[in-house]
Amino acid sequence: MARITHGIACSHIPALGVASDFDKWEDPYWKPIQQGFAPTQKWEAENLPDVVILVYNDHASAFDMKIIPTFAIGCGESYKPADEGWGPREVPDVEGHPDLAWHIAQSLILDEFDMTIINEMDVDHGLTVPLSMVFGKPAKWPVKVIPLAVNVVTYPPPSGNRCWALGEAIARAVESFPEDLNVQVWGTGGMSHQLQGPRAGLINAEWDNMFLDKLSGDTQELRCIPHIEYLRETGSEGIEMVMWLIMRGALGKETRELLRFYHVPASNTAVGHIVLEPVNGDVPPSATVEGAATQEQII
Amino acid sequence: MSDKNPCENAGGPIDIHAYLGEFDDIPGTRVYTAQRARQGYHLNQFAMSLMKAENRERWKADERAYLDEWPMTEEQKQGVLARDYNRLLDLGGNIYFLAKVFSTDGLSFLQAVSTMTGMKLEDYQAMMIAGGRSPEGQRSIKEHR
Ligand SMILES: [Fe+2]
Repeated sequence: MARITHGIACSHIPALGVASDFDKWEDPYWKPIQQGFAPTQKWEAENLPDVVILVYNDHASAFDMKIIPTFAIGCGESYKPADEGWGPREVPDVEGHPDLAWHIAQSLILDEFDMTIINEMDVDHGLTVPLSMVFGKPAKWPVKVIPLAVNVVTYPPPSGNRCWALGEAIARAVESFPEDLNVQVWGTGGMSHQLQGPRAGLINAEWDNMFLDKLSGDTQELRCIPHIEYLRETGSEGIEMVMWLIMRGALGKETRELLRFYHVPASNTAVGHIVLEPVNGDVPPSATVEGAATQEQII
Repeated sequence: MSDKNPCENAGGPIDIHAYLGEFDDIPGTRVYTAQRARQGYHLNQFAMSLMKAENRERWKADERAYLDEWPMTEEQKQGVLARDYNRLLDLGGNIYFLAKVFSTDGLSFLQAVSTMTGMKLEDYQAMMIAGGRSPEGQRSIKEHR
């Protein structure tokens, strides 16, 4: 039986990919970030899963304005790094896990999450930067990856609550996969940042750390944060943090924090990173009302 | 069976007008709403076309001729030629699409984003290194917070 062993959240700032690709980690600007991720790289090598379900958003790379799927799952054999306007990153191709991916896609749809299925696409920095941060520069990525793309570009993106519930549904789907597999769920993007307009450069370390704090334990408060709060408090691109809630939802009732790193800045953005372990991985039997937590339970 | 959804306003219909209305209350920010997505459709699709190396070559050879292949407004074309990103946001541009334009120019996100703030690149970069722009006073126009 497949099982979710851990969750990781990680910013996917393009500049981190540049730092990795051009070996800039010894530069004083980048060194603290390299040091911040070093414990995770070591930990991940000792806790290597078979598959990572990698929640990210495409930044006008595989998807343009023609088609905007809210939730899409990659069921392909492999994915190439996208050319985002300066040539593709020189990182390995990403190997998929079509058996598990199709199992999850089918399970989610039967569980009333109406997924878009992707068989072919290129993957941009949203997906490849977290791989670089956690695995460094191997000749081949040491895990298989199931891309799970979320629209956080065109409003409205899905609610935090819906993301959390999708995570729970992913946990149910993984649990019913017959093969013996260790699976991690990664949520990527964030933390506070704004890349547009006169307010660009906004960073809210206090809010970001509140968010990191509440990812562990049994609180479900984060799922109830409305979009407007992300926009006001964390900048227009901070909304990417709803993707972390898919990861958190998939870890079940209670989690504990194993590793955490927070640093400002990388380029325009606050770098946030956390490794979580399920303490009680139970998820409700369905996303319908009888399965959801009560107001009392979340407070 | 009672409604046990943990979030007060989740799972039911929300007031879409109130939801969208709040976006205009954020200082210095254009949220990429459906309205902007419609207005900027061809502008963003033009920018997207620069993902292909052969299109980048044609674009660099003659920007105006390349723009004229797209059903964009003259204002949008002028905004692109001037690399006036705030103007382009107002005309329906989205930053991830516009990124294809400044990437083709060889600008990083930091360099391009700083042009929208009215700050010099050095000053903007120094602000980021010092911890970024504070959210104080930047959350709400109406509430001055
Ligand atoms: Fe992103």
